[in-house]
Amino acid sequence: MTATAPARRARPGNFAAATVGLGALAAFLLAVEILIQIGVVNRFIVPPPSEIIGSFGRVIVEEHVFSRFLLTLTECLTAGVMLTVFGVAGGVLMHRFKLLQQACETWVAAMASAPIVLMYPLFLVIFGRNAWTIIMMGFFAALPPVILKTIEGIAGTRKVLVNVGRSFNLNATQQFWKILFPAALPTIFVGLRLGLIFALINIVGVEFLINFGGLGQLINELAERYDLAGTYAAICFVILVSIVFFMALEKAERWLRPVD
Amino acid sequence: MAETGRLRRAAVAAPALSPVTLLRLAIILTVLAVWELLSHSGWLYRDVVPSLLAIGHALTSLFTSGDYYFNLGVTAAEIGAALAIGGLSGLAVGIVLGANRFLSKAFESYIYYLGPTPKIIFFPIMIMWFGVGPESKVALGTLSCFFPVALSVAAGMHQIDRVLIRVGNSFRANSWQMVTKIYLPAMRHPIINGIRLGLGVALIGTLLAETKLSNKGIGFLIINAYSVFDMPRMYANLIVLFVLAIGANALVGRFGGLHSIKRL
Repeated sequence: MTATAPARRARPGNFAAATVGLGALAAFLLAVEILIQIGVVNRFIVPPPSEIIGSFGRVIVEEHVFSRFLLTLTECLTAGVMLTVFGVAGGVLMHRFKLLQQACETWVAAMASAPIVLMYPLFLVIFGRNAWTIIMMGFFAALPPVILKTIEGIAGTRKVLVNVGRSFNLNATQQFWKILFPAALPTIFVGLRLGLIFALINIVGVEFLINFGGLGQLINELAERYDLAGTYAAICFVILVSIVFFMALEKAERWLRPVD
Repeated sequence: MAETGRLRRAAVAAPALSPVTLLRLAIILTVLAVWELLSHSGWLYRDVVPSLLAIGHALTSLFTSGDYYFNLGVTAAEIGAALAIGGLSGLAVGIVLGANRFLSKAFESYIYYLGPTPKIIFFPIMIMWFGVGPESKVALGTLSCFFPVALSVAAGMHQIDRVLIRVGNSFRANSWQMVTKIYLPAMRHPIINGIRLGLGVALIGTLLAETKLSNKGIGFLIINAYSVFDMPRMYANLIVLFVLAIGANALVGRFGGLHSIKRL
């Protein structure tokens, strides 16, 4: 998360680089296909790429990928709504009460580095083997960045804007809704983007681990059936969904923050 | 004199416990009291919230058990191996991508978008490739660790002062000298930051893999405690794990001079 998005302006050099990137990927897949066909790589460990591509349609139709995708998306969006409500509210509360912020910000930062997802057996006991375990896992794992970014956004409001509010004699509520919150919104959205990415990662991961829910469960089921080509295809599908999800969030963030 | 007086007043006025410490203590005590109340209330299923005493007993038996240290050693070795393999390969790929603009444009976006995908879904493949033993856990940890290190190093390479690179070139430094004398010293912070992020995800990847399929390691102990519904033991394992994970993260941060525990 520390790297910035690579530049995407269409230049001749960029086109050549993108072509080389795609060409290398195609060459790699071709090499794997040849190695499997001539027997150097065991096809019962790595299925041929052609077989994986061929099994996409089967997996999509027979395994109800669309309804699974909707289930994962619903879980992710539910966690996202909870993150927006509780994460942003938590950040605002901690900014409003400085003592609380001084006491708890380090804890929240420490929680951001803690392997919260490993608490999934505990959540299984508390919520049962259902969608709420998955949603709550995604929510708790993604909460720290949202809180931290909300605090950072509000604290980073330019002094001149705060002074404008004061010169208009705004009360605390007006100052928050008219000045602080709009100024902090782009940074809050950075936190929400990170939170949603963490939520998606954890939701798919927990679905896989507890064999329940949408896309994560699909991979687990196919692997347990030893449907190798289907497993690889499902993994590729989940990766594609994740990438589209990240790109959509990035686009939304750029729309919200047109000028850095 | 005025300065001395102010200092003296400050020294006199300073309370034994600052308000922040008092609030922290109050929060901790409240949480513990509510926990204990819940454990005795009967509102939740028995042992979902075990009493603090039971967790304390479980912690004691954890620390006095040789079996725990064996499993801790297994997990630490797996994470260490994952960090070494994933970190070094991430470092190498990051340096290559950062040093060559064309390669960066061709391949960095793949790493950038693959980086935040859920790595645990690759576990069935890792089992196929490396078996059900510790190797598959190391492989998953390596895969998790590789991306943040590579991205952080590549970003760090882009930010190196051009003057330093020109100095290296004007001394006719070869590739190895450029890496060891210019790139690595100039990128200390991005590398440490990448390793810190890599450590976190390698730990998660390795332990999640252990909870899914293994017969040793801390992840196995956690899922084993869950399967026999020994909740105090599960809480004890989680508490120790969280303390170790947060401590390791803070240690790497301090080692690299990063003052925040995690800034996303």
